[in-house]
Amino acid sequence: MQKVYPDATSALAGLLFDGMQICSGGFGVCGIPERLIDAILDSGVTNLVIASNNCGIDNVGLGKLLASHRIRKMISSYIGGNREFERQYLTGEIEIEFSPQGTLAERCRAGGAGIAGFYTRTGVGTAIAEGKEVREFNGVKFLFEAGIFADLAIIKGWKADESGNLIFRKTARNFNHPMATSAKTCIAEVEEIVPVGSLDPDSIHLPGIYVKRLICGAPYDKLIEIKTNRVEEAA
Amino acid sequence: MAWTRDEMAARAARELRDGDYVNLGIGIPTLVVDHIPGDVQVTLHSENGLLGIGPFPVVGAEDADIINAGKQTITEAINSAYFSSADSFAMIRGGHLDASILGAMEVSQVGDIANWMIPGKSIKGMGGAMDLVANVGKIIVTMEHVSKDGTPKFVRECSLPLTGANAVDVIITDLAVFSRASRGAPFRLIELAPGVSPEQLSAVTSAAYLI
Repeated sequence: MQKVYPDATSALAGLLFDGMQICSGGFGVCGIPERLIDAILDSGVTNLVIASNNCGIDNVGLGKLLASHRIRKMISSYIGGNREFERQYLTGEIEIEFSPQGTLAERCRAGGAGIAGFYTRTGVGTAIAEGKEVREFNGVKFLFEAGIFADLAIIKGWKADESGNLIFRKTARNFNHPMATSAKTCIAEVEEIVPVGSLDPDSIHLPGIYVKRLICGAPYDKLIEIKTNRVEEAA
Repeated sequence: MAWTRDEMAARAARELRDGDYVNLGIGIPTLVVDHIPGDVQVTLHSENGLLGIGPFPVVGAEDADIINAGKQTITEAINSAYFSSADSFAMIRGGHLDASILGAMEVSQVGDIANWMIPGKSIKGMGGAMDLVANVGKIIVTMEHVSKDGTPKFVRECSLPLTGANAVDVIITDLAVFSRASRGAPFRLIELAPGVSPEQLSAVTSAAYLI
């Protein structure tokens, strides 16, 4: 079975529909599936429910879908650094389900592992516990959080072989791993696709079973959200 | 005279022990790194998937794929390890981190902490803060003693939406340090900034605490 597609638009063919749920990897603008997001924007699909830690930044990544009002609801932990996201939320144009960062990661990991949900101490006694089951284990209160399993997952990797075995790079791994598992179909975009047999099987971060379709999105002009440097000490 | 942000960070650094794995929040906690004594080895955790944080990169050496949880460019340390967000929070939830130092808008006398939203005004989201305060064994808060308009931040009861209930162990402000022996105990004043009297402190604190 051929997993490699020539571009993001062809990789998304037949998978998009209005009102669908999408899991997207990335943290801020680090490790975001930008080619796939651009192609989703071009497709015109709308009314999306997207689970992603952030919503990009203004006009970058998911921020583009946000600016064109394609997103009905976000499941996220953080909206700081994105004025349009905060504005749409405060005016009621978009719905946000706040999910603590670790709870969001685990909801996707669990969903992708066939686990309906889990109990966590995170969020007990806070607003995010409203309407959720609280259960005591050994005298400690835990909150029930449901797993997430979406229609589509989009992720960004570093290198993959043609069978979809994939390696991430440094902190660009972030949510890409759990998100890759938490949908019926995962499409990965990577910086380089290599022939089967050229990656060390012992170094694979994400086995190809999760990656149904694959594109090479290079060249990437990777954005840095907050460039911070140290002052070089004089020799 | 009140402590500076750097002095508060230095005080927070004294709470850390050799061998600790520690998560640092944004703001004053970030400054703690510069004050960890040379004979205390602390491994820093960044919740976006890194243990072992090196210094900020020199100009030109930034790598868009190496950032901290505050989205700043950073470098690897000699003992760094990368992992996914799921693994990162499994470490946190599993109680494997020794301490977390973070900022707050309000802390209550029973250790509730609020630092993620001001209803109708500012909504940044909780990020990983709810996970950290609910699961890390030692929670150290660094914050100004009063807000910009002079309102006390160490209060009887938080007025803002909580990040976590009964979660804080040590509070370091620019005026004083409070700590408690257990999550069931009240906070006790253990240090005052130089020149700050107990009366002056009490006048800008609405929480009850032991002296």
